[in-house]
Amino acid sequence: MSTTLFRTIQPNHFTLLTNALLRTRRTSCHISVRCQTSTTTQQSSSQQQQPRTSAPKNHGSNKLDEILKDYEAVIGIETHVQLSTSTKAFCSCPNSYGSHPNTSICPVCMGLPGALPVLSSKVVDFGVRLGLALNCSLSLKSKFDRKQYFYPDLPKGYQISQFDVPIASGGYVDVDIPLEFGGGHRRFGITRVHMEEDAGKLLHSDAGDYSQAMIVDLNRAGVPLLEIVSEPDIRSGVEAAEYGSEMQRIVRYLGVSNGNMQEGSLRCDVNISIRPIGQAEFGTKVEIKNLNAFSAMSRAIDYEITRQALLYNQAMSRAIDYEITRQALLYNQGQADQIVTETRLWDEGAQKTVTMRKKEGLADYRYFPEPDLPEVILTQEYVDCIRASLPELPEAKRRRYEAMGLGIQDVLFLANDVSVAEYFDEVIGKGADVKSAANWLMSDIAAYLKNEELSISDVKLTPQELAELIAAIKDETISGKIGKQITDPVEIEKMIMKVISESPKQLEQYRSGKTKLQGFFTGQVMKMSKGKANPALLNKILLEKLNAKD
Amino acid sequence: MLSTLQPPRSLTLLPFRRLHGSKTIASLASSSPTLDASSVSPPQSQILTTRRSLLSGETTASEIAKSYLSRIRLTEPQLKCFLHVSENVLKEAQEIDQRISRGEEVGPLAGVVIGVKDNICTEGMPSTAASRILEHYRPPFDATAVKKIKEMGGIVVGKTNMDEFGMGSTTEASAFQVTANPWDLTRVPGGSSGGSAAAVAAKQCMVSLGSDTGGSVRQPASFCGVVGLKPTYGRVSRFGLMAYASSLDVIGCFGSTVADAGMLLHAVSGYDRFDSTSSKQDVPEFESQFLSMDSFESKPLKGLRVGLIRETLEEGVDSGVRSATQEAASHLEALGCLVTEVSLPSFSLGLPAYYVIASSESSSNLSRYDGVRYGNQVMADELNKLYDCSRGQGFGGEVKMRILMGTYALSAGYYDAYYKRAQQVRTLIRKDFKAALDHNDILISPAAPSAAYKIGEKKDDPLAMYAGDIMTVNVNLAGLPAIVRRSINQTN
Repeated sequence: MSTTLFRTIQPNHFTLLTNALLRTRRTSCHISVRCQTSTTTQQSSSQQQQPRTSAPKNHGSNKLDEILKDYEAVIGIETHVQLSTSTKAFCSCPNSYGSHPNTSICPVCMGLPGALPVLSSKVVDFGVRLGLALNCSLSLKSKFDRKQYFYPDLPKGYQISQFDVPIASGGYVDVDIPLEFGGGHRRFGITRVHMEEDAGKLLHSDAGDYSQAMIVDLNRAGVPLLEIVSEPDIRSGVEAAEYGSEMQRIVRYLGVSNGNMQEGSLRCDVNISIRPIGQAEFGTKVEIKNLNAFSAMSRAIDYEITRQALLYNQAMSRAIDYEITRQALLYNQGQADQIVTETRLWDEGAQKTVTMRKKEGLADYRYFPEPDLPEVILTQEYVDCIRASLPELPEAKRRRYEAMGLGIQDVLFLANDVSVAEYFDEVIGKGADVKSAANWLMSDIAAYLKNEELSISDVKLTPQELAELIAAIKDETISGKIGKQITDPVEIEKMIMKVISESPKQLEQYRSGKTKLQGFFTGQVMKMSKGKANPALLNKILLEKLNAKD
Repeated sequence: MLSTLQPPRSLTLLPFRRLHGSKTIASLASSSPTLDASSVSPPQSQILTTRRSLLSGETTASEIAKSYLSRIRLTEPQLKCFLHVSENVLKEAQEIDQRISRGEEVGPLAGVVIGVKDNICTEGMPSTAASRILEHYRPPFDATAVKKIKEMGGIVVGKTNMDEFGMGSTTEASAFQVTANPWDLTRVPGGSSGGSAAAVAAKQCMVSLGSDTGGSVRQPASFCGVVGLKPTYGRVSRFGLMAYASSLDVIGCFGSTVADAGMLLHAVSGYDRFDSTSSKQDVPEFESQFLSMDSFESKPLKGLRVGLIRETLEEGVDSGVRSATQEAASHLEALGCLVTEVSLPSFSLGLPAYYVIASSESSSNLSRYDGVRYGNQVMADELNKLYDCSRGQGFGGEVKMRILMGTYALSAGYYDAYYKRAQQVRTLIRKDFKAALDHNDILISPAAPSAAYKIGEKKDDPLAMYAGDIMTVNVNLAGLPAIVRRSINQTN
């Protein structure tokens, strides 16, 4: 079960640039969640990881489930989305990923004396688009503030951000939980969306230690970001991963970002704490970074829930040893001290979170209004105009596909990638049967794209042609089998069985050691299928049958 | 010039709206005597004189440049107005002469020798804001104001001394040298644009650029007896001006006459797409509005409503300053003005509000001087130590004090009591000015509560020095324009 979890939730394998981790970000969002996390996720935690506490080793998964039942998780997610504007936020430097270090810089983004920021209107545009897509209310008058701290990748000594008046706030996002995780529809609140600038990166040269070999690359400094802060509605790692995936889909649908986690265009920081069910106060919050893929995010969160629960539980089990329930709380508090406010890093190799830095008190960013930039004033007319130009968003697409009678698996697949969805919409726009079009896209075309490592835009078959093909098959002008390879294992198996039963002699020879005869059987089946049998499938089933001891 | 004249006292005028088209700031000037009483046709202007003599072939830009350079050589050892004198002055002057001889057009500032305050970026020329942390720093770009000057043919003669990052009122807070007042070498030229003011007074340059955050153009203009013009906030682009307090900073102009200061202002004004706080309003043409003195009737300012700010003449103001201001008011009445006293009830709140806002913004603006990308870096084996040493050794005492004050004021738990409250005071001050200017065309006040201090006099008493800014800071908080010129009784 746990492996399923990892495979399905893993839309892409990415590695986050470690430099992004050096950055400090404050989080304010707490999520109070009942930890009815599906057993699968908890098992996965216990099986794969050894939480860094004294307790976990002797806990079997059943015992762990028992413990987790008594706690609820409080999770908050901050998502940083790097915008795909052509220039940086406050200067005209090109916003290009992967340039040679310090080639995309100017006096403004280097923070030279006397240089001033000038806001690119595109950033506001994208902020409004995302705000509307997340069902937020927009501030017709917002402003920029300076968030101040010293770090070599922060050229001005402050980050231009939005503090108390973000451009958008109070929204929500709807997601469908995949069936393998229980399915269902969930709505997560969005606290706010605000505009800010990215910092540069520190490059550590291979030779030498930190201080001698610190190189600052300012190509990323001043690149526009939108930060999305979630409300406390997320319950588990699975939900968090689904929330993150939906953010990725939305920014891609909107065209405001490529949402690429590998390039750091989409970064998630997760705040997580747990508390015994019934306790009003929040537990001590731990921030996890380095969540470079949604799968990692899911695993990291589940790991952290388990780790914290075990810390609590240690106290609780002692309490049970000494007395019963009443004293449990006391011990809880004593042991819960081990959960400290800190930033932990998800270690992908070790499959656990490790301390990155402990926070000593609360950082004071000394926010104050940015005097170099005027207020951002939006007119209702402008907002309406952008609202009218919004594309159909993933949630609307999913509901529309559902209403067409497609199953949730099909719906989730088709709506996942905006270009696939657009292709599908075009095909059915040409009058193709909805279910057939979905099948073609999900099986044959998807398999082809995967094998050839192509994207849907590379496909030579136009939506028009696919629609005609589907119509022809439906009219029985041509048979579906001519139209495509036979991939139905049952059908292939039938043919194999027929060939085997017609060739008892060859079968005997094969089974006595002449395995080269496999080619003969393959040839026979291919002949029978007129070359349409899927070779991989054919060989797999054929081998099973030939080697079967009956 | 290096006389022992009593330092002149000055008068601030706050023009708010243009008067019937013809009456401008400059028209006031032409009716007043200046140091150059010998020069001829009105309006007295070295910029206009230079243009005329160059175009008529009377003299050449090279000759003019040479004479200024030799004057600098002569006077600089005592005055120390400049942190850097350009090596290209003669070359640039020769280019202008060549253009003229080829019959090509030259810009309106052709051959005009201009000093630029050291916190205004000049490409390839040192620009340090008189701070060790930027010692030897040469910016890769010109400030917009400098760019405009160069495009119009102006010659940047050098970078003038100042209080480090504009923080000070005497120019003694420069990390490099102390500038003397040309009228009395034992006295300070004022600050923070002391070098720019003194250089114009000593005729080391014709006009100069300064910057004014809380009086840094007006007070030294007053101490040095030149005209100091602080434009409306946003009139001149701040791009390339090293920020002290961004919401208050303006680039201002010095000249020996109002006409010169006005023409320099005209040259550097205007919207700049690199400064989003610059104004998109059109820049009015001043020069065509200059009137010849001969054309004046006996009461040329008839009907002009002048408000004398009551709070600027109360206790704490030197009696000499008070009487000079009163006399100036009488003189304006004689010219036809309608002078009345006005009250700005919020006046005394301005000084503390100013120091909270300016310190807060400066604590942020000066964060970029960390030694990482430019400026002086002190090597250290640990990051915080690198910051500590680079900033600790790079900044002077006054700058550190203001960074500390500003950091404190913006800290969690203090923000509301200091920064936010100061902003509320700012709103109040703006309102009071608005009310006073609803009934008056201009407001007048002294530029400073006293004449120039002795060098070293206020050095150990920062609060007394801060108090000296009381006449000027309110204008910055309100974003209004103001001009300082010598009052009538100071010509000798």
